[in-house]
Amino acid sequence: MSDYYKLPNIGLPDMNMDTIDLASLIRRSALNMVHRAKASHIGSALSIVDILAVLYGRVMAVDPQDPQYEQRDRFILSKGHACVAVYATLAELGFFSKEMLNTYGADYSSLMHHISHKVPGVEFSTGALGHGLPFGVGKAIAAKTRGEAWRTFVLLSDGEMDEGANWESLMFASHHRLTQLTAIIDYNKLQSLDTVANTLALEPLFDKLKAFNIEVNEIDGHNHEELYDALIETGTNRPRAIIAHTVKGKGVSFMENKVEWHYKTPNDDQLFAAINQLGKSSA
Amino acid sequence: MRNAFIDELTAAAEVHDNIALVVGDLGYGVVDRFSKRFPTRFFNAGVAEQNMMGLSAGLASEGFHVFVYSIANFPTFRCAEQIRNDVDYHELPVTVVAVGGGLAYGNLGYSHHAVQDFALMRSMPNMLIAAPGDPMEVRGCMRYLINNPQPSYLRLGKAGEKCIHASVPVVSPGKWLTVRQGKNQYGTYLSTGATLELIDQIRIDGSNQANLSHYSMPLWSMKSKQLQPAQIEMFEEIFTVEDHLIDGGFGSWLLEASSQRPDLLLKIKINALGEQVCGLVGTQATLNKVGGLSPDALSSPK
Repeated sequence: MSDYYKLPNIGLPDMNMDTIDLASLIRRSALNMVHRAKASHIGSALSIVDILAVLYGRVMAVDPQDPQYEQRDRFILSKGHACVAVYATLAELGFFSKEMLNTYGADYSSLMHHISHKVPGVEFSTGALGHGLPFGVGKAIAAKTRGEAWRTFVLLSDGEMDEGANWESLMFASHHRLTQLTAIIDYNKLQSLDTVANTLALEPLFDKLKAFNIEVNEIDGHNHEELYDALIETGTNRPRAIIAHTVKGKGVSFMENKVEWHYKTPNDDQLFAAINQLGKSSA
Repeated sequence: MRNAFIDELTAAAEVHDNIALVVGDLGYGVVDRFSKRFPTRFFNAGVAEQNMMGLSAGLASEGFHVFVYSIANFPTFRCAEQIRNDVDYHELPVTVVAVGGGLAYGNLGYSHHAVQDFALMRSMPNMLIAAPGDPMEVRGCMRYLINNPQPSYLRLGKAGEKCIHASVPVVSPGKWLTVRQGKNQYGTYLSTGATLELIDQIRIDGSNQANLSHYSMPLWSMKSKQLQPAQIEMFEEIFTVEDHLIDGGFGSWLLEASSQRPDLLLKIKINALGEQVCGLVGTQATLNKVGGLSPDALSSPK
């Protein structure tokens, strides 16, 4: 390892805020953005909010004032359709103004409906599944080759594990012992048309990852302490995967565990009802 | 051509410590010169092209100029979406290198015939196509790419091609490179890639068409279309030559580049492979002939 200055986790701008509050703010922004833009994928976005809140609030070294800081930790959203949650997180952290969130999906906005690298703080555009992990592997090799300590986190969906490219990547990451790479699988058990189990059975996921020589943690993806403990660790001599058990639509009772909220846009009444629930069930 | 490629790459890597080579479990006897000299910048991604291209983009996003080496359609069609989304859209310095362009692997069958690769790669807005015609052009293209890292596609033949140019030419995207000046400036061949040698044979044979000039275009792209009308204007007739299907190929590209100039369109005559070659097996020369490309056919071009 070369000498490096590891950026401390700057964490939340308001020191009185904790990651639970942050998650609540992200959910609120995400709901508003999707409602305003009449967009889809709110269920997928709500599913990853707690993961993002803990990653950006407590774990990753990032600097909103200097998004390209060389020794920053890298985050890649491979399930690019859940981008509202990331845009909202970055705005809360101060990468760009919260007003910019109002342009989500508007003509010529950089905030398109799949995550865009043209947005400050975003490393990589996705939208087609199975692209984030290979790209993250490339970043992790770069860090390892240069003896730099920053980490790469890739957040994938469970349905996305259908893509063969992910398994190619896991083989490569494990062969090259990319300890600075962490794959987080948002395991909300629902994909586009049906449950994961009814589409292409993913189980036994833990055993599959283990068999690829990945260090695996299986946690509750909405429990911030469990998330923190799992995310803060690096692999001992192998890359890591975190199976985060989540609920699609988490935090809004009528959206939870419903395939339809992969597509539907909340109407005015639904938005009002959803916002009212925040803070009650998101913890 | 592949030896000229690895020569240039290895020499450049001595100077540029950000040059990396990623291979898809291919390149036996070719890539070891690089891998022995620069083991920390060499990766065999195994037989897994999607991951190979994705990780190359990831490496490139961290400042590496990555050369991704494989055969025929494997580093292009097999991972086309990774090239489109990860490399081209993010404008990352990844050079996709395919050995066996055209029908160089004619005997190996359709899986190994790279006759639709231009069509795929030239549809990407930031992609620069490098299709050298001889080892000298390979060196010229490599020097250009090393100095101008960008999404790019280097289409090589195999090994043992004859040198047509006497020295390493300076090449530039969209610029016609002089191979020979005919006796009159009436008409010219304009080739890209390995058909350079086919046209050279016409001169040796002393046919009437030896009066035609010959230009080569080793570097071309969507963005360099705008340079074409001014060069087309210099001639009454231009015979494009490529070992690629006519559909979506180099000649089609030149026609598109002239689409706003009906006066230029009629000057362009395309010599490319016909679809009858698809699925046939044979040597490169045999298949090129079946497809419509041979010194004979070209000596009285359409």
